[in-house]
Amino acid sequence: MMNFRKSLLLLAATAAMAMPQMAGAARPWMLPSETMFAGSGNEWLTVDAAISSDLFYFDHPGQEWQPVVTAPDGSTAQVENRTVGKLRQTFDLGIKAKGTYKIAIVNEMLMGNYMLNGERKMLPRGTTAATLATAVPQGATDVQTATATTRIETFVTAGQPTGTVFTTTGKGLEMVPVTHPNDVAMGEPATFKFLLNGKPAAGLDVVAIPGGIRYRSDLKQIDGKTDAEGKITLTWPEAGMYWVSVNSGGRRGPGEGGPGANGSGGAPGAGGPQGQAGPEGARPMGPPQDRATYAMTVEVQG
Amino acid sequence: MQISHKIVLSGSAALGALATPAAAQTLDVTLTLPRMSVAEYHRPYVAIWLEKEGAPARTLTILYDVDKRNNGGAKWLRDVRMWWRASGRSLTVPADGVSGATRAPGTHKLSFTSGKGGMPTLAPGKYTLMVEAARENGGRELVRVPLNVTGAGAKGSAAGQFELGAVSAVLSR
Repeated sequence: MMNFRKSLLLLAATAAMAMPQMAGAARPWMLPSETMFAGSGNEWLTVDAAISSDLFYFDHPGQEWQPVVTAPDGSTAQVENRTVGKLRQTFDLGIKAKGTYKIAIVNEMLMGNYMLNGERKMLPRGTTAATLATAVPQGATDVQTATATTRIETFVTAGQPTGTVFTTTGKGLEMVPVTHPNDVAMGEPATFKFLLNGKPAAGLDVVAIPGGIRYRSDLKQIDGKTDAEGKITLTWPEAGMYWVSVNSGGRRGPGEGGPGANGSGGAPGAGGPQGQAGPEGARPMGPPQDRATYAMTVEVQG
Repeated sequence: MQISHKIVLSGSAALGALATPAAAQTLDVTLTLPRMSVAEYHRPYVAIWLEKEGAPARTLTILYDVDKRNNGGAKWLRDVRMWWRASGRSLTVPADGVSGATRAPGTHKLSFTSGKGGMPTLAPGKYTLMVEAARENGGRELVRVPLNVTGAGAKGSAAGQFELGAVSAVLSR
């Protein structure tokens, strides 16, 4: 309970309403049909993936995300019947081996701007490292870029949970389990450690929300902050599918500007002093900041 | 060590006349599976296990469709969800002295003897006897029976509301 900060939650909600561009209310997620499998070797998992404001409903145009599945032995497993719809995508996965599978969607985009004919222009949406060269026109100077990494994950286990899929890449936000995500239950504390670019992601806000938002008046959001080691401990008040999300950098609006509002979002190369309440008009064209998003869906037993 | 030794001694002194093997404990569990007036009824899968803080859970019994071909009934064991997480997923079924057939509605007495099947010898301490019933196309319920084990044994009871009726347990030696 010590970690819950209802007042800050209210603040954040107000800030979000005040700033339409922070329609960051759109939450990316995957929803597995099951997380616990017997391990007979011929079971099937089906997964929905979407970005929406209500969890877990389909209420927003979907994305062309490519899911990557890591099998318990560390190999990549192929998904089947992948269908990308207007509001969601679905895919199936054969659960053939015992142990824990990781289902991940990782997106890395470039944001930024450049000078052309005395004017500063934004990089088009959807620019990646691979398309940067074609996205910047000839004659452009002073190209500034930052990376936006989004990682969406969920985990399922046949038989006993294993830890082989939790290798990290050192890019963006990643979760390292202290408590295995397929071993969480109502009323029991669960601890997860987050890394930002391979280092402990300290001081970041963590949000956990149980699904079923549409038919209740209380969002039931749990708020916390990662400690110096990047760890957060959550105690689940009820059973169900929870969406757990962490963000770093870039997302903060000037309206919120508490002390150290940027946490350790640590955008390397971001020039000015942090938390600068500075001239808001200049902000959109300021140096872009790296940002990272992590979201996972965990099933809490009870 | 000294303490448990003493308890064993006093225990066998009390039961000395019966010539029981030292420290043989019996846990009698009485549980009621309610009769349901529903269109489609299947006997529930029932798991009984012991939990103690800081120790791994111990399955005493799992009642499921043991007679299905190729152990096909095991596929649904994970629907006994709390048991599956606590202990079931580390158990291979059928397990001798642990798995058994489902039971009809009514009151049943199940006895577990320490050292046989999944029943350990219980040192004094606070345990919880967990009983979970899951019914196909029906509900699922978990009943926790606190057991404060002393040298003299233990007694506890609790009751469910949906898939389980009264549950009681007596540990004796």
